[in-house]
Amino acid sequence: MFEYALKGKPRYWIWLGFLATLILIAFYFWNLEHHIGAGRLLGLHRDLTWGLHIGQLAFFVGAAAGAVMIVLPYYFHNYKEFSKITVLAEFFAVGMVLVAMLSVFVVMGQPPRVFFVLLHPTPNSIIFYDLIVLSGYLILNLICGWTVLHAEYKGVKYPAWLKPIIYLAILWGPSIHIVTAFLLQGLPGRDYWLTAIMAPRFLATAFSAGPALLIVLALLAKKLTGFDVGQKAIDTIAKIITYAFIINLLFFGFEVFTAFYSGIEHHKAPILYLFFGYEGHTEYVGLMWLSMILALIAVVLLVIPPLRRNETALVLACLAVIASVWIEKGFALMIGGFTPNPFHTVTPYIPTFPEFMIAIGTWAVGFTIVTILWKIAISVYQSKEKGVFIKS
Amino acid sequence: MAISRRDFLKVIGFTGVTSAVATIGGVLIGRGEDILKEIKPASKVRWAMAIDTRQFKTDEDFQKVIEACHKAHNVPNIPDPIRQVKWIWVDTFEKAFPTIEHEYISEEIKKRKFLLLCNHCDNPPCVRVCPVKATFRRPDGVVVQDMHRCIGCKFCMAACPYGSRNYNFYPPREFLSQVNPEYPTRTTGVVEKCILCYERLDEGKQPYCVEASEGKMFFGNLNDPNSPVRKAISENIVIVRKPELTTKPMVFYII
Repeated sequence: MFEYALKGKPRYWIWLGFLATLILIAFYFWNLEHHIGAGRLLGLHRDLTWGLHIGQLAFFVGAAAGAVMIVLPYYFHNYKEFSKITVLAEFFAVGMVLVAMLSVFVVMGQPPRVFFVLLHPTPNSIIFYDLIVLSGYLILNLICGWTVLHAEYKGVKYPAWLKPIIYLAILWGPSIHIVTAFLLQGLPGRDYWLTAIMAPRFLATAFSAGPALLIVLALLAKKLTGFDVGQKAIDTIAKIITYAFIINLLFFGFEVFTAFYSGIEHHKAPILYLFFGYEGHTEYVGLMWLSMILALIAVVLLVIPPLRRNETALVLACLAVIASVWIEKGFALMIGGFTPNPFHTVTPYIPTFPEFMIAIGTWAVGFTIVTILWKIAISVYQSKEKGVFIKS
Repeated sequence: MAISRRDFLKVIGFTGVTSAVATIGGVLIGRGEDILKEIKPASKVRWAMAIDTRQFKTDEDFQKVIEACHKAHNVPNIPDPIRQVKWIWVDTFEKAFPTIEHEYISEEIKKRKFLLLCNHCDNPPCVRVCPVKATFRRPDGVVVQDMHRCIGCKFCMAACPYGSRNYNFYPPREFLSQVNPEYPTRTTGVVEKCILCYERLDEGKQPYCVEASEGKMFFGNLNDPNSPVRKAISENIVIVRKPELTTKPMVFYII
């Protein structure tokens, strides 16, 4: 089955080559950082030690957990419309969780020591659990997706032993997001994060932005390869995105209410900094409102049924959801958590070009994996559609 | 109804196995208790510090203290203000105590400078989050940082509500004019902070800062009613940083 990954049109190889170039650029900057010091290359500083990269952890762990929204209806409710997209969703989760894991890895100041986390397991640290749930989810999805696809390839039903593993993978999905939210929401003195709604919000953004990214990729695959996951499947996923995204916006409203009605200055300060500026610092005001406007555009496009069913409008809505959630969760979440700093002053954080390139490199690794796995899956499905006989 | 031979044997067998397990378990539990008895009781020492902010007047008063610490611990002198490494430093009331700051407090207090360092909290969030036990709390309350274990994840810096932790954003050895061979230098990409001179406490000495302050800082065992720190706390008005977070700081400020 893997042989499908080894033959492709020139554009397949050009795309993989492009991703490999991005990975090499990221590797160059990451390596340089550890030689000359992060201070000379990145925008991080004393008052903001987790920036763009932990933001990518939050966003991509969500994208990975979002696959649950496809896998769960298919296996728990026997929702047949998702039969073609389920394996794609599982492979998508593999790539996304890899981006999340790499995003944590690039944050480490001493990468050779990273295995100390296993050598000296520390159950009171959330990172310990995050490592377990992330690597577990990666392996579970790889096993489930690969085995189901292989059964498809052989023209048989997947083996019975896989069923409990599939169920485990579905239940495991939300855990990666809850644990990642726990990294942030249990820290005293970080008022933007210290809220019980953090984990639910993480889930709501995951179940909207994750499937949105999946729809965009599935429609892109349709355009490139002609492989159609089915209109009904796309419609159902669009409905899931609509509900999850509206719930996310409601959660944000709850957050704003609590901070402002309570009138507690320290709870208000990060929101004020992000949306209106604080102590004369207005670095991210424009970006935050852009995120809000994108969210509103997405809601309008998703809520009105004829627009939601229109493919172009749906893609635009999905892109708006992805961009809005990325700004808010993949970026501003870190800034709000660290600003104002423990002295209640503002030290602005501007990510540098190398920092962005390292982040893009981690995305490139994820998308390389998704490309290869999807290439295999789509080739298997298409050869079956064409009725090509496959030797076992 | 008579019990069949088979059922009788079953019951006997079950009882036998259960009692054997219970006996072995009991022996093990008994031995565990003995082992616990042999372990010495937890340390009764709880190191703490009180800083008499009234006595620190000139810049020189602060500089002496800071230099004593930074020189002895090979703390690099990094010019970049937002990526500095500092174990002990000076700031205003407004910044040191942002949660109790008020516009109408006395002008004198507003102008006063405060020495800031790791609080060696009784309930330290940094220790809770460290994934590799690179930072841990000793039985005597000192929150230590092992720079050779640290993986540089910076989780502790997100957890510390006092901004007391430093990440080596620059290769620290480039910023050392002289090296104290008694204490290790560090590499880039690890976190470091005040360690309350635990190596000196173990020798019965006081921390460098306390020694250099010439009586402006009080140090000792908080559990000992006659220790200088305990006396200083009970005889003066003291505050701690962000008490509402209940991290229980062990650095007290005499106002």
